[in-house]
Amino acid sequence: MKLEVKDLSFSYGLRSARPQSFGDQKVLNGVSFSAGDGEIIFFLGPNGVGKSTLFKCMLGFLKPQGGEVLINGKNALSYRRQDLSKILAYIPQSYSPVFNHTVLDSVLMGVTSQLGVFEMPGKEHVEKALEVMKELGIEHLSDRGSMKISGGERQLMLLARAMVQDASLFVMDEMAANLDFGNSFRVMQRVLQLRDKGYTMLISTHNPDHAFRYASRVIAMKDGELLADGKPEDVLTEEVMESLYSIDVAVNTVNVGKSQYKVCTPVF
Amino acid sequence: MEKQKYRVRFLLLSVASILIFFGSFALGRYRISVSETVGILSDALIRLVSGNSLTLPESMRGWSIEAQTIVLNVRLPRIACAALVGAALSVAGASFQGMFRNPMVSPDLLGASTGAGFGASLAIFIGASYYTITFFAFLSGLAAVMLTYMISRLSRIKTTLALVLSGIVVGSLFQSGTSFIKLVADQNNQLPAITYWLMGSLSSVKNRDFLLAFGPILVGLVPIILLRWRINLLTVSESEARSMGIDTSKLRFAVIVCATLITSASVAISGMIGWIGLVIPHICRLLYGQDYRRLIPASAISGAAFLMLTDNLARTVATSEIPLGILTSLIGAPVFIALIVKGGSGNEA
Repeated sequence: MKLEVKDLSFSYGLRSARPQSFGDQKVLNGVSFSAGDGEIIFFLGPNGVGKSTLFKCMLGFLKPQGGEVLINGKNALSYRRQDLSKILAYIPQSYSPVFNHTVLDSVLMGVTSQLGVFEMPGKEHVEKALEVMKELGIEHLSDRGSMKISGGERQLMLLARAMVQDASLFVMDEMAANLDFGNSFRVMQRVLQLRDKGYTMLISTHNPDHAFRYASRVIAMKDGELLADGKPEDVLTEEVMESLYSIDVAVNTVNVGKSQYKVCTPVF
Repeated sequence: MEKQKYRVRFLLLSVASILIFFGSFALGRYRISVSETVGILSDALIRLVSGNSLTLPESMRGWSIEAQTIVLNVRLPRIACAALVGAALSVAGASFQGMFRNPMVSPDLLGASTGAGFGASLAIFIGASYYTITFFAFLSGLAAVMLTYMISRLSRIKTTLALVLSGIVVGSLFQSGTSFIKLVADQNNQLPAITYWLMGSLSSVKNRDFLLAFGPILVGLVPIILLRWRINLLTVSESEARSMGIDTSKLRFAVIVCATLITSASVAISGMIGWIGLVIPHICRLLYGQDYRRLIPASAISGAAFLMLTDNLARTVATSEIPLGILTSLIGAPVFIALIVKGGSGNEA
């Protein structure tokens, strides 16, 4: 899998349903980066900086005014939805189902693009779903309602859905934002496990400590442009953090036994 | 074991529906036994299939001509139409609910019923024949939904909310049209006819009605049954469904067209029968889960059984007919209240 974002520009037109304050101001301005197999890239930046817009352009939901998104060398917009879904999966910040489908059925929804229009998931799809769920440690939830499981379990369910979709690039919009301390850790452990299998994940976050712990690369965005792109310790410096959020930030190293962890904290 | 449980429930439901179908023939002022009913029906079926060249042997034909006429020309169309309309409205309701991601949506949300009501009132007002009334109702129901759809396309908020709001506006527009017709209609025969039609009834349906509605309902029902797995994906967010490879606007359009066709054709022969499309899917969600692979067939069979039962009540409880719409409201309102109070639909698994 190879993703290339080239000189991407986007602005919400005046006629859109967006608040007028956005106007014709560019939400994305000349954004370029690429990603390959097995990378976990965290996107950091203040609210409204264009992370979600960038993700929507990658998923082919929005048409950029300039530049392009290439997936395996082909423009994201020229893919058929069905084909794109076999490369790219989307995991929303929070899953808010209206109906209480079982966890198994929710995971099974991921196989739909592999089915004919009138086809139903068959035995082999159920087996595949159960196998993936086992890998993520949620097979015991298969008959539970998707509304009745914890937020962390729900995110794992969505990961399983993305996996049965046969996608290799996961786009995750603030996937750990609504999880408690323990659940976000458990979900991120699974994300690392998937990285080791070669999956690529693009994750937007507001939590620099997550980026320190789990990212193979961090992209910092400001005013619709890339401010920095590189290893977590190179990008997440006090200067960059202060520039992003306009607050004083201290980056420190915590020693636990022989391990060292970097943490980020506001200073006041 | 989950599967086993649902399989048993499906079996029970199917057996119950078949019993209700045949049992319904035994009800009414003219006494006809179930065995006579089975005889008359199978005789008619044999004659129909063989092109009138074969009949049941004489020794098995122990029924009177009156019984045969009543079964074939009065009770059969009525029971068959009840089953058809009940199944149709339930499936339409379940489909609309999934599509609008809301368990409280009913099949007439986009104005199909009020549109059909207006068409029928207009036809009665101009003194049209019975079949013209049906036809008017059907066309007007379709027109109302098309209008709703077009207004929502013009709207700047291109969401389902725009569709729902347009539906409310169009519904009230057609409603006021109906009110105006009632105002100017002849108070001695037209007004009662319109009022009675709007309350929903199967008391005057003929075999031809069944055949008339069967075509459009089948045309709408088959795609929904075939697409029922995909309707599941409309219940998650738009962007998720699209990222999973679904062309949501095409799928949604197909479901709207089919469900509307079903609703308009049903309303055209039965008048306005409310609540079924809301209540039956809700109960089916409790008994058969949320998966549309089971929900659609379960809603169809339960809806058929429910309306056959309700119609039996309508024609036997009082000395004069009770309009079906009144009975379904009596049953539907409490279920809806329970839905609001509980704030969900069948979500206790």
